[in-house]
Amino acid sequence: MIRKTISRIYLVLIVLFLYAPIGTLMVLSFNDSRTSVKWGGFSLKWYQRLLENETILAALGNTLLIAVLSAVIATLLGTSAAIAIHHMKKRSQSICMSIVNIPMLNAEIVTGIAFMLLFITMGNLLSIVGIHFEMGFGTVLIGHITFNLPYVVLSVMPRLKQLNLSMYEAALDLGAGEGQAFFRIVLPDIMPGVLSGFLLSFTMSLDDFVITHFVKGLGADTLSTLIYSELRKGIKPEMYALSTIMFLAVFVVLVFINLRPQEMSMTDRRR
Amino acid sequence: MYRKSLSYPYLIWAAAFIIIPLLFIAYYGLTDKSGAFTLANLAAIATAEHSKALFLSLGLSFLSTAICLLLAYPLALILSNSRFGRSGFIIFLFILPMWMNFLLRTLAWVVLLDTNGVLDSLFQMLGLPRFKIINTPAAIVFGMVYDFLPFMILPIYNVISKIDVNVINAARDLGANSFQTLYKVIFPLSLPGIISGITMVFIPSLTTFVISTLLGGGKILLIGNVIEQEFMKGTSWHVGSGLSLVLMLFIILSMILSSKYDHGEGNVL
Repeated sequence: MIRKTISRIYLVLIVLFLYAPIGTLMVLSFNDSRTSVKWGGFSLKWYQRLLENETILAALGNTLLIAVLSAVIATLLGTSAAIAIHHMKKRSQSICMSIVNIPMLNAEIVTGIAFMLLFITMGNLLSIVGIHFEMGFGTVLIGHITFNLPYVVLSVMPRLKQLNLSMYEAALDLGAGEGQAFFRIVLPDIMPGVLSGFLLSFTMSLDDFVITHFVKGLGADTLSTLIYSELRKGIKPEMYALSTIMFLAVFVVLVFINLRPQEMSMTDRRR
Repeated sequence: MYRKSLSYPYLIWAAAFIIIPLLFIAYYGLTDKSGAFTLANLAAIATAEHSKALFLSLGLSFLSTAICLLLAYPLALILSNSRFGRSGFIIFLFILPMWMNFLLRTLAWVVLLDTNGVLDSLFQMLGLPRFKIINTPAAIVFGMVYDFLPFMILPIYNVISKIDVNVINAARDLGANSFQTLYKVIFPLSLPGIISGITMVFIPSLTTFVISTLLGGGKILLIGNVIEQEFMKGTSWHVGSGLSLVLMLFIILSMILSSKYDHGEGNVL
């Protein structure tokens, strides 16, 4: 009994530790005074100003667009790679998997610098041919797709290992085309892995700072790089308001998703 | 489905954006401005300023990895024994904070840890000694533990929750008490998770420049700050690349260590 109480207290303390800064930011977003040290009364003015702040809204647009595009492209590339790698011979499989792991295991700063050197050299080479190329939205997108790929491959892989291949072969025997058999038999089975790869990618892209910092060039600010550039002048409280909205929106969505598996297991039983 | 060609788009992508960029670092790190081969950029780590930053980084990241392990292991044990463990609750709990921007989350600790900030006032109210850690290495360790703790918890939790209950029951049947079961059965079986957790906390801590900038007040330079400045303040890409190569030695070392123990069970996903 005592042990159980201690475990509970410990769990609560860790959760408090993880969520204390988030709570702080939420409180600050309702703070009437501009400084983060003093409480000046409850106010919604930062939420109003947020709607008028075009710099922040543009950065938000960039962030979301890059997150969606990079997650979609990484999911397509990563899923097809996972299927191909799954059917390779042991040796080439392990070589491919170590390449897959590089962006995840390597330090972000090293990945960022490597990209920067590549893109600047590419720009120099292309300018000889007369093509203008510089870092911006496109290079940020390439960077995000690359660091998202391992998350997709690693979430799809375990699903492929559980896959029953005879089902796919049976579909072929019964006259389905390869594409038909894939979309109607294989894809539904690996879908949970594909989805979690997509969600992880989206989250990683949204939260990234380091790689974006090195490849964004002069334009294409995301929320993270905008915050970093505001560090000296002090962060605008509108930013707290925006992150509170984003956090609460995702909280609602995740609660909704988390409630669903129980429904699903119920329908499974019914079947 | 068996078509090899499915892997071609990925392999082309990986060659262009994973392998080639790393070769660029190797090229810049091993040449000087005229393009001649040199080891001077690697040797740059030996200068007083750089080696001080490297040793400080190594020290702080060892410390934060150790603290993360001490905090995460009991938590993983508790979670794997509780009913929350069965649902997707855990992932939910640790993925959710990531939706609050990483920089803002870390910056919020400035408000909490500041002199006369939230924690300091709380300490004063309780009559405890003053709480002054902002802009010190201690604050940086605090930030590292906060930011990377989930990366220690998840792999350890994954491994522990997959341990066969029968193995634990057998140990108890054979007369082991709960401490002996933990020490002789659960701990050795959870080693892959621990190793993978250690690499996932140690490498980002060793190479960070953001946490030291935010919580160290800009005066404490880690090796990550040194490299970032070589690139973004335009000092020298060659020296920056050379220092990155030195840093990669540590990364490769810990990767080799982790692949020796980890056979996939310790994976976060």
